[in-house]
Amino acid sequence: MKYVHLIWANIRRKKVRTLLTVGSFAVALFLFGLLATIQTAFNQGVEVAGVDRLVVRNNVSLIMPLPYSYKERLLQIPGVRDVTFASWFGGYYQDPKNFFPQLASEKETWLKIYPEYKVPPKEWADFLADREGCIIGRTTAEKYGFKVGDRVPIVASIFGGVWEFNVCGIYDGTRTEDDTTQFWFRSDYLEERRTWGKGQVGWYVVRVDNPDDAPAVAEAIDNRFSNSSWETKSETEKAFAAGFVKQVGNIQLLIMVIGSVVFFTLLLVTGNTMALSIRERTGELAVMKTLGFSDRSILWFVLAESQAYAVIGGALGLAGVKLFTLGGDPTGGFLPLFYLAPSRMLLGLMLAMAVGALSGLLPALTARRLRIVEALRRI
Amino acid sequence: MKPGSTARERRKMVKVDGRDEGKSLIRVRGLDKTYRRGGQVIHVLQGLNLDVSEGEFVAFMGPSGSGKTTLLNLLGGLDLPSSGSITVAGDEISRLSGPRLSRWRARHVGFIFQMYNLMPVLTAYQNVELPLLLTRLTRAQRRRHVETALDLVGLSERRRHYPRQLSGGQEQRVAIARALVADPTFLLCDEPTGDLDRRSADEVMDLLWTLSREYGKTVLMVTHDPRAAERAGVVLHLEKGALVESGAP
Repeated sequence: MKYVHLIWANIRRKKVRTLLTVGSFAVALFLFGLLATIQTAFNQGVEVAGVDRLVVRNNVSLIMPLPYSYKERLLQIPGVRDVTFASWFGGYYQDPKNFFPQLASEKETWLKIYPEYKVPPKEWADFLADREGCIIGRTTAEKYGFKVGDRVPIVASIFGGVWEFNVCGIYDGTRTEDDTTQFWFRSDYLEERRTWGKGQVGWYVVRVDNPDDAPAVAEAIDNRFSNSSWETKSETEKAFAAGFVKQVGNIQLLIMVIGSVVFFTLLLVTGNTMALSIRERTGELAVMKTLGFSDRSILWFVLAESQAYAVIGGALGLAGVKLFTLGGDPTGGFLPLFYLAPSRMLLGLMLAMAVGALSGLLPALTARRLRIVEALRRI
Repeated sequence: MKPGSTARERRKMVKVDGRDEGKSLIRVRGLDKTYRRGGQVIHVLQGLNLDVSEGEFVAFMGPSGSGKTTLLNLLGGLDLPSSGSITVAGDEISRLSGPRLSRWRARHVGFIFQMYNLMPVLTAYQNVELPLLLTRLTRAQRRRHVETALDLVGLSERRRHYPRQLSGGQEQRVAIARALVADPTFLLCDEPTGDLDRRSADEVMDLLWTLSREYGKTVLMVTHDPRAAERAGVVLHLEKGALVESGAP
């Protein structure tokens, strides 16, 4: 601790250079944090997927439906404990940019399959009693100011017309990563009002007795409906979510490439700054060695200085992303879970420190090897 | 560092013939230093002998390139001899290297340079405190030492000033305080008045003289300035890589 003022004094020596170096770290870490947030948002479904849930969809495409009659047949397959279903409604509130996912779900089984979502019992009872009722996730409710008792008009892009719903309740997730942007309404209301596609559902969600048996149960389901007019494709919820992400492209690779380029550039910029800084202070370092500071302590001083740039800049950049993400999803519903996880912040800080250490290493070794007599001669 | 008359009463001795068998503080025997430059071997010091007892104030003089600064660097453990030995207070420093030599310098040597060599980003107080950071002293103890050293050089009022806010003479006095603060065994001064005007130079020499006479501090000084050399107890000339005594001025 007694050396902190020495490091701080050197950091303040060239204020503009310090500002630019810290700024480089801050911008790089801001970008890293943003990319990590986007990646988390894309992978949210994969992260929170239930290990005991299978998604059963039409083998042709997710947008193709399945018959309602499959529900009972699915329940007869060994290993299946519960079955529910949902249909994509694809509407919007007032303006197309006010998008959030609306699902017509089966009221009797929905929460059995998704126990991670919590709705107050009274509100759920009201939902069961109201054919036009809906339950809205906390994030969407807060974003649009929906309250219990409100009547919400939704423009139905797929089914046509404006459908009105009574807000019966607000649901929350039990985990931070749970998606609380959804809007649930009753599948029997959809069935009643839709003018086409009656007797069909979007997809089934099956809960299995034993997660270890999930692949075998999925295979049994697909075999059960093979060679029918409505063949199925069953997969674990995790695989389903991962496949959904892949449709957008290889986000992981994209983020890795951008992140690597940014950090490599940062390494060059900071390395150059540190080298310049040490070259300018050759005489001072020689004097410190003359006074009795060992080669090793000089090495640590230089490394500590580059670490200070990294930590200050990194912390500023990550704090900036954190503030940015507090505003929520900037895409209008495409990335519902838009937040910077603490683990990603820690990773970002560690990456910044690694870059700081690498960029300071060469100048630190130069300073360590500095010969006092030669350096003093140059003053 | 205790002021008093003991330094004056001690038997003083500076010899360059290598025959002294007494317990001198600094003993140099057969010191050689050679450099290679473009395939040519340059003998800077050749078989140099020196004995300096505690409390002496010795000035080294000689033309440029005669090896004065080289000798000072060797005595201060900043450079290693090509051959020969240097023993200070019983430690043969020519055998030390790396961290042990650094620790030895921190403990035994106070350096004063021609260009002061203060850290421009540190205040006078922080500059003087620098050598104490290598000790186990507490912050409060360090503060006491620094205040004492700054008092001694008459710059207590300037403790918060940065080097750029001080005159050359004041900077050199801060450098002297830095050299003294850890109470080293001896002071090495390389042209301490070389960059100062006459008045500041006299102030610095008064200070060094006081340190030697009143506080019994051993001072070895390289200088070109005959007036500065006059203040030393003994003046030695470097000629052909060896020391020649010219007696007390």
